[in-house]
Amino acid sequence: MDGENCENCVAMRAREETLEMASKYPKAKDNLMAILNDIQVKYGYIPEPSQAAVAEYLDIPLAEVYGVITFYSRFTTIPKGKYDISVCLGTACFVKGSSDLLERAKSKLGIDEGQTTDDQMFSLETMRCVGACGLAPVFTVNDKVYGNATVKLMDEVIDELKNQG
Amino acid sequence: MIKSFEDLEAIRNSKRAELDLRVNSNYSGIERHILVCHGTGCTSSNSEHILENFNNLIKEKNIENVRVVKTGCFGLCSKGPIVIIRPDDTFYSHVKPEDCEEIINTHILGGQKVERLLCKDVDGSVVNKLDELPFYKKQVRIALKNCGVINPEDIDEYIAFDGFKALQKVLTEMSQEQVIETILNSGLRGRGGAGFPTGKKWDFVRIETDPEKYVVCNADEGDPGAFMDRSILEGDPNCILEAMAIAAYAVGAHHGYIYVRAEYPIAVNRLRIAIEQERAYGLLGKDICGTGFDFDIDIKLGAGAFVCGEETALLESAEGKRGQPRVKPPFPAHAGFMQHPTLINNVETYANVTRIINQGAEWYSSIGTEKSKGTKVFALGGNVNNVGLVEVPMGTTLREIVFDIGGGIPKGREFKAAQTGGPSGGCIPAQYLDVSIDYESLAEIGSMMGSGGLIVMDDSKCMVAIAKFYMEFIVDESCGKCTPCRIGTKRMLEMLTKICDGEGEPEDLDKLQKLAQTVATASVCGLGQSAPNPVLSTMRYFRDEYEEHVRDKSCRAGECKALSQVTINEELCRGCDLCKKVCPVGAIEGDVGQKHRIDQSKCIKCKTCVNTCPFHAIK
Amino acid sequence: MIHLTIDGVSIEVEEGTTILDAARQANIDIPTLCFLKGVNEFGDCRMCIVEVEGMRKPVTSCITKVAEGMVVHTHTKSIMDARRTVLDLTLSNHCKDCLTCIRNGNCELQALAQKYNVKNITYAGEKNTHEIDDKSPSIVRDFNKCILCRRCVSTCKNIQEIGAIETTERGFASCVSTAHNESLNDVDCTFCGQCIEACPCGALHEKDDTDRVWDAINDETKYVVAQTAPAVRVALGEEFGNPIGTNVTGKMTTALRRLGFDKVFDTNTGADFTIMEEATEFIERFSKGENLPMITSCCPAWVRFAEKNFPNQLQHISSCKSPHQMFGAIIKSYYAQKFNIDPKSIFVVSVMPCVAKKYECTREEMEVDGLRDVDAVITTRELARMIKQHDIEFNELEETSFDDPMGEATGAAAIFGVTGGVMEAALRTAADVLEGKSLDKLDYEAVRGNEAIKKATVNIAGKDITVCVAHGLKNARIVMKQIEAGEVDYQFVEIMACPGGCINGGGQPIKNSKTRSRVDIKKLRTESLYTIDEKSTLRKSHENPVLKGIYSEFFGDACGEKAHKYLHTHYSAKKKYDF
Repeated sequence: MDGENCENCVAMRAREETLEMASKYPKAKDNLMAILNDIQVKYGYIPEPSQAAVAEYLDIPLAEVYGVITFYSRFTTIPKGKYDISVCLGTACFVKGSSDLLERAKSKLGIDEGQTTDDQMFSLETMRCVGACGLAPVFTVNDKVYGNATVKLMDEVIDELKNQG
Repeated sequence: MIKSFEDLEAIRNSKRAELDLRVNSNYSGIERHILVCHGTGCTSSNSEHILENFNNLIKEKNIENVRVVKTGCFGLCSKGPIVIIRPDDTFYSHVKPEDCEEIINTHILGGQKVERLLCKDVDGSVVNKLDELPFYKKQVRIALKNCGVINPEDIDEYIAFDGFKALQKVLTEMSQEQVIETILNSGLRGRGGAGFPTGKKWDFVRIETDPEKYVVCNADEGDPGAFMDRSILEGDPNCILEAMAIAAYAVGAHHGYIYVRAEYPIAVNRLRIAIEQERAYGLLGKDICGTGFDFDIDIKLGAGAFVCGEETALLESAEGKRGQPRVKPPFPAHAGFMQHPTLINNVETYANVTRIINQGAEWYSSIGTEKSKGTKVFALGGNVNNVGLVEVPMGTTLREIVFDIGGGIPKGREFKAAQTGGPSGGCIPAQYLDVSIDYESLAEIGSMMGSGGLIVMDDSKCMVAIAKFYMEFIVDESCGKCTPCRIGTKRMLEMLTKICDGEGEPEDLDKLQKLAQTVATASVCGLGQSAPNPVLSTMRYFRDEYEEHVRDKSCRAGECKALSQVTINEELCRGCDLCKKVCPVGAIEGDVGQKHRIDQSKCIKCKTCVNTCPFHAIK
Repeated sequence: MIHLTIDGVSIEVEEGTTILDAARQANIDIPTLCFLKGVNEFGDCRMCIVEVEGMRKPVTSCITKVAEGMVVHTHTKSIMDARRTVLDLTLSNHCKDCLTCIRNGNCELQALAQKYNVKNITYAGEKNTHEIDDKSPSIVRDFNKCILCRRCVSTCKNIQEIGAIETTERGFASCVSTAHNESLNDVDCTFCGQCIEACPCGALHEKDDTDRVWDAINDETKYVVAQTAPAVRVALGEEFGNPIGTNVTGKMTTALRRLGFDKVFDTNTGADFTIMEEATEFIERFSKGENLPMITSCCPAWVRFAEKNFPNQLQHISSCKSPHQMFGAIIKSYYAQKFNIDPKSIFVVSVMPCVAKKYECTREEMEVDGLRDVDAVITTRELARMIKQHDIEFNELEETSFDDPMGEATGAAAIFGVTGGVMEAALRTAADVLEGKSLDKLDYEAVRGNEAIKKATVNIAGKDITVCVAHGLKNARIVMKQIEAGEVDYQFVEIMACPGGCINGGGQPIKNSKTRSRVDIKKLRTESLYTIDEKSTLRKSHENPVLKGIYSEFFGDACGEKAHKYLHTHYSAKKKYDF
C-alpha cells in the first residue's frame, strides 16, 4: 500500500466526494442524471465507486445506474486522455468534409473513435454539432474549437500537442 | 423583489430609454454601444476575448458614454466573430481580439469606420449597415426578436423590450380559456417537428383534473446541424421562461422543467442566470407580482441522446431513466412527467407565445400560409454562402432562403438538394426549389419541417453517401427499445455501406426500400418511424444515383471512395512536386518539373493532394 | 361493455380490455414475443401490431385498450409482411443453434419462425456476441440468444424489485446485463430464477447438473439417493403433457428408480424435520422474547437476499437448514449408520423446483464432518430431461411410493411448496406443543392465498402470536424494512422469494406467454398441494412416526446439541456487489 494512492483509498475518496456532490440533490430518482452529470464534469468520467455511491444514495440498483450511464453518450466509464480530440460529424460539418478529418486523426493517432492512446495522451471522439456551423468543419481539443479545419490543420495540431507532451 | 406590475413598469420605462439607441437609428444622443456576439459560434472563435479587450481599452483610455454589451446570436455565423456598433449599425465581421484597438481608435474615438473589417456580401460589396445585407432583408424576426439586441444575462434589458408584459396581461386580464383561445386562434403549431396545433395541446392539459401538472420545455435540440433553439436560449432566455409561465397559468401547472442538453453549456448557464434573476425579482416563485399565481422552473440536463427530443423519451430521461420512448397513448397531456398531466413544447414554440399574447392572434395569423402560421427559424448550413440562423415567414420558398438569404452556392457549384428535418427529414431536389416552406408542402414532397435544420448540398455531394450519413446517425442514436429501429436501421446502414463500397447488387435497392418501409410503419416512436426518410426521399429523387452505384459501380459525385479515383490532369500539372510531398502513402510518382501520376493501387483517396495542388490539376 | 369488430367478428368485451385480450376472447390469436401479462407490457417487439381502421400507423395490440366501434384487422398482408420482416430482423441477430439449445421445442421465437414459415434470413448482417456467464452455480446467461424482449428485466426489477439485470448500452449494442457486465454470481442476484421462467428463448437457463447426476448413477461405487421437493410432484407431469398441477408423485418415484437411483426419498420428510426444529426454535425464542420475529430459512434465494440487503437483520432468520439440506445430512449420518453404508459413497441428489437450491448446496456451511449435505441439485425441468433421455414413457408408468424407512411424510410438509405453507405447518406443531395436546385445528386460512403480504394473529395457549407471510422478494423487502425500522410487531414471519412460493419456482416447467395469460398456473399447482395435504392421514409434522423414531434413535431432542450439528446452520453478511 502506498499511502494516499492505494486502490482502496482512491475508491473511498471517490465515494465520499460523490456522496457529497449527491447531497446537493434530494434523494429522488429523477435527480440521477443531474448527479451523474456533476460526477462526469468533476472526474471526466464516472468511476465505479461513484456509481455505487449514487446507487446507494438514491436507493436504486447499481445495474440501473449502469444502464443509464451506458445509454447516454456524454457519460463515460473510462478516463479520457490528456487531449480529448472530438471531430464534429454534424451535417454542416459532414457536408464540408469532416469525415476526412476523422479518418486522418484515426490514422495519425492509431486509434479508433471512442479510444484512448496507450500513453493516455489522446482520446478520439466524434460529436454531433458544437453549434459552430459557421466555421464548419470543426474539431475540438478539450474545450478549444478549431474552425474551417483541414486535414493539414489536424496534422499540425496533433504534432504540436505531441511536442508539448 | 418586484411586488407588483407597477414596479415592473417602472423598471421597463427607465431601462427602455437607456436602451433606445439599440433599436432607434434616429437616436441622436452621444451614447455608443458595442455589441459583441456571444452565441456559441462566435464564442468558439474567441468573442469573449474581444469583449474583454474592448472593456480594457475603454477603461485604459477613460472613454465615456460607450458600453460594451454581450449579446446573443446575430444570425450570420459564417461572418463571426461579429461586432456591431449602435446606433450607427456598423457591422464588423471576422473580428479578431487584436482588432479592438483599431475599432476603438478609428471608429469610437475617430468617428471613421474601419473599412477592412466591414462585412462584405457574397458579391464582395461592402456592407455599411446591418439591414442593408440581403441576408436580413427577407427575414421576419419574431422568435429571434431579442437575439442580438439585448444582453441575455441582464433581466432589465429583457424587461425594457416588453418583457413580462404578456405575463402581466395574462395574469391580470385573461382567463385560462382566453389564453388558450388566443393561442389556438393564432394558428401556432409545434415547432419541434410534427406541427401539432399548440393551443389544442394546451387545452388537453387544461382539462385534466389531476391537480399536479407540469409544463416542460423541450430544449434537447439534437439534429446535427441545427442550432435554432440553442440560439434562442443563448440570446433571449427570459422569453422562454415567461412563455412557460403563461402556459403554466393556462393549463393550471405550478412547476416547469427545461430539459436542455448538457452539451450546450452557454445556454444552460444563461438559463440558470435568467432563472435566478427572475426568482430574485419574484417573477418566478410564490405569488408572482401579487397575483396569487405560483410557478417555478428547474433545469434538467440531457446527456447526449438524440432520442430524448422525442417527448416521451424526454420524460423518461427527466425522471432519471434511460431515454426510451413510451408507447402512446397515453399521451403526456394525460400521463406525462411522473405520470401527471404534462405540457411539452419546444423552445421555438414558446418563443412565439409572448408576441402572440402582446400583439394578438390576428396579427400572428396574418403571417404565413393558410395552414402554417407565423415564422420558422432555420439553421442554414452546408454548401451555402451565408451560414447562420434565419427566420422567415411560413410560405417562403426554398429558393428565397438558399439564394436570396443564403447568398447561393459557393465556388460556382450547382445546387443539388436541400435537407430539412435532420435525420427525420428528407432531401429536396432542385425541382422543388419553388415549393413553399410549410408543414403540408414539405410533407408532400417527402421531407418534413422538423426542428429547422436546413442543409444545402451542392453537386459534389453523393446522395447515397448522404443517406448513409444520416443512417449512421440514426444507428448511433436509436435507443434500442423496439426491434425494427434497433436492428432494422442497422441493416439499412449495412446495405448502404455495401452500396457505397461498390459491393451493392441491383436487388439490394428493393430490399432496402422494403425494409425502410417496415421500419417506418412498425417502429414505436417518431425517431424510428421517420428514420428511413432520408433513404426513402433520396431513393425517390435520386434513384439513378443509387442505380449507378450498384450497376455501374460508379459514384458521379466522386464521394464514395471505393467508386472513385483520384487522378492528375496531365495538362494542368506543372510538376511542382507538392502533391508528392503531402501524399501520406507515397502513391504519387514523378520528378520535379515532370508530369506526376498517381499509383491507384497505393492511393487511399484521402484527397490531401487535391486540396494541396495549386493548379487544381488533381480531381 | 365495449363493442368492436375484429377480423369481421363482432364482439363485446369489458372496458379496459386490450385488443390482444379481446381478440383472444374471440378465438383470434395475435403473435407476441415481448409481452408477458402483468410483467412486461411495453409493446417493444412489434410482433403484435394490428391495423385499426382510422389509425395512420399500426397499433400495438398487447397494450392498446379497445374503444367503442373499433374495427381491427389482425392479419392483413401489410401487417403480415411487417411481422415477417420484424421476425427476420430478430433472427438476424440471434444465434440460431436451435438443435443444441436447451429451449429447443419450448421456444417462443422458434415457434414463431415456424409459424411464419421463415426459410432464410433476408436481412443478415453483423451480430452481437457476448461471453456466456456460467460462473454462478445456479443460472447461466447466454445473451447471444437474447432477443431483448426484456421480460427478465421487468421480472427482476418490477416483480422481485431486485434489479440485478438491466438493459444497458444503446441502439444495436443494447443488451441485458448486470452492473459492469459482471457475473450474476458477483452481483445482487439472489438466484431466484424467475428470469428464467420469463425468458421466451434460451438466453437464461439453469446450470445443467444432469451430467454430474448421470456420472454418479453410472458409478458403481456410489450409493445414489434422490429426494424430491413437494412442488416438483405437482409440476413434473406438465413436461409430459399432463394438465397443469397434476399430481404425479407415484409415477415420479417409479421414474427415478428406473433412472437408476438406489433410493428415492421424499424431501417432505425433511420438511417435517424442519418443522420440528423450527417450531421448537420458535417456541424457545418466543418464550424468551429473543430475536423476534423469527423468520423462516427454507428459501435460499431469500437467505441470499437477506445476507446481501439486510446484513444487520440476520439474527431474525431461523438457524434451521432448509428441508433438503437437513434431509441430506440425515441420510449421510443416521441413515448411513443404520444401514451400514459408507457415508462418503453416498451421493444425494435433490430434485427441486428451484435454481437457488443449486447455490445453496454449494454454500460452505452446508456440510457436516467434511461431508456435503447434498451433492447435486437438479430442477424439475432437468429431471424431466433425464426421464426423456432414458426414453421412459412417463405417463404409462405404474405408481409406486417413496422408499422406506424414510418414505413417510405429513400433509404439513406437502404445503411447504406454497406461500404460507411453512407457517401453517409450523403453527400446527407449535400450537400442539404450546397447548400440550393434539388440537383439532389444522387449517390456518389467514396465511393461505395469493395476497402479497398476509398477516394474522393466532391465539395459542392464551397468547397472541402475530405472524406474517410474504412471497416475492419485492414483498420481502417491504416486510424487512418494516422489521428493520421496528414498525411492526411480528413474532413469526415466513418469506419465500418466488411469488406464490416454490410451486412457481425458477426450476419449474416454463410456460409460454400465452399460457401464462390464460391460466393461473400458481393456483392450479397450489390447489394440487393442498389436496395432498387434505388427503393425508397425518397432517402435523410432529406426528410423523419416522421423525419420532429418528429423534429417539439418533438426535435426541429437537434443537438439541446433535440436532444443531446436523440440522442447523448460520448466516453471514455478504457484499452486495463482489467485484
